[in-house]
Amino acid sequence: MFDEELLTLHDFSVTYEVEPPVHAVRNVSLALRRGEILGLAGESGCGKTTLAYGIQRLLKPPAVITSGRTVFHDESGVDIDINTLDVAALRAFRWDKASMVFQGAMNSLNPVLSIGEQLGDVFTAHRPGMSRRDRTAECGDLLDLVKVGRERLRSYPHELSGGMRQRVMIAMALALRPQLMIMDEPTTALDVLVQREILDEISQLRERFGFSVIFITHDLPLLLEISDRIAVMLEGRIVELDSPENIYRNPQHHYTRRLLESFPSLTGDRGGFLRDGEPAGAR
Amino acid sequence: MTTLEFRNVSKKYRIRGSRELLALDDVSFTLESGRTIALVGQSGSGKSTIAKIITRLESATTGSVLLDGEPIPSRGRALRAYRQQVRMVFQDPFASLNPYHTIRHHLERPLRLHHVVAPGEVDAEVLRLLDRVRLSADLVERRPHELSGGQRQRVAIARALASRPGLLIADEPVSMLDVSIRLGVLNLLAELQRESNLGVLYITHDLATARHFSDEIMVLNSGVVVERGPSDDVILNPQHAYTRQLRDASPNPDVLFSTPKGGSRS
Repeated sequence: MFDEELLTLHDFSVTYEVEPPVHAVRNVSLALRRGEILGLAGESGCGKTTLAYGIQRLLKPPAVITSGRTVFHDESGVDIDINTLDVAALRAFRWDKASMVFQGAMNSLNPVLSIGEQLGDVFTAHRPGMSRRDRTAECGDLLDLVKVGRERLRSYPHELSGGMRQRVMIAMALALRPQLMIMDEPTTALDVLVQREILDEISQLRERFGFSVIFITHDLPLLLEISDRIAVMLEGRIVELDSPENIYRNPQHHYTRRLLESFPSLTGDRGGFLRDGEPAGAR
Repeated sequence: MTTLEFRNVSKKYRIRGSRELLALDDVSFTLESGRTIALVGQSGSGKSTIAKIITRLESATTGSVLLDGEPIPSRGRALRAYRQQVRMVFQDPFASLNPYHTIRHHLERPLRLHHVVAPGEVDAEVLRLLDRVRLSADLVERRPHELSGGQRQRVAIARALASRPGLLIADEPVSMLDVSIRLGVLNLLAELQRESNLGVLYITHDLATARHFSDEIMVLNSGVVVERGPSDDVILNPQHAYTRQLRDASPNPDVLFSTPKGGSRS
């Protein structure tokens, strides 16, 4: 299913040029396949968000891409080197080919604009020829698609629950039928039941539209469930990349093992975890 | 031995004048020294309302809350004594410490307020508290922004312990912390709980840590306790449909990989 490559990163590095410089992403090479969900795991500060932003060239100074090539293999057969795009080409590329669901995005909807207006903005910017009627119809379809329902077009963000706002963000990212969606902690602020609904939704939409997903979270058990492959990041490097089953059953890197151990088992043995008087970590 | 009892507590919030929301519906439980009860449920289930009633930020509409058999006092010396016994650790260590004050100030205040030690011994007690939460003594003159999230949460725990309480209410104490340090903080809480024979109410929506960290789990749905029992029973053999729903929604690699199948999911 995932033979074809969609995105190839080669020797990609990002440095925050502060004193002393922070090498947030170090020489990452990665091939994302068309249609796959790639999980990106690691603790705060490991560089996972910087990597995702770097792919889309969304970083601002002091962050600088110091090396690497990012090639997007478009379904038209054209290879796009993202690092060489000029401003206009970059603007056309973003959202159209690769969209993003940002961390805490559900709280970044504009409180004084209706959901419909905010969704419509995507089309106003990227499909300037589209008529108003088509735009409204398209926005309604999108809300139906993510099961918020078109009757919510005129609702304002505060009238929706956290889960519904997150669905609106997914609808927005889906609007132009991109080939890649980067999701940065899309469910972290939601409770388990709502999180489950959103994950099911993402899986179904992926099946239907065939986009690839880079799913960033520190929640490794969650990634084990939804990813086709998982990349574990530590101090700017990808230290392990494998199928969920191999990551879970046979982790190679000691950091992967440590990360897995950070999550107590829901139904398994209590093991050495908790209440055994083990000294707490140094931090 | 300290015992906090909720007896048939209900709480109604009034929304927009006339409408009412029943946030808690006839909730009863007993929290006592040396025991940890986990309170689980999704957003809006009423978990935090219970914490607010315990800390007297809200009062019960009907029913009673008793500390060692006595109603919670509403003011004066008795209320201060209650607050010395029942302490709180909040979710967000970035918001619960005062950015203007040093760590020393945060720990000194409860010591002086509740006359825990003689004035001459306050300094030594501050250092002892830091040591109990495994923070180094040289943090004492720092301000919260100079500390990591995990360090701040340890300061918050030390502050809660300063008055030598019998009961601790921990409202999502690790959910804002990075995964790599969550267990460290939970282990620390568990250890302090044993050392000081604390009663802990652990409020969370993470079923896995609820199971391992507490003796008993109470499942709350729309203000009603739908299930309660020993932790392992509730998680491994849930009786109520809502508990099963919560459990099945939680990512669980043990179940995922228990049946032999190929490496990739399609």
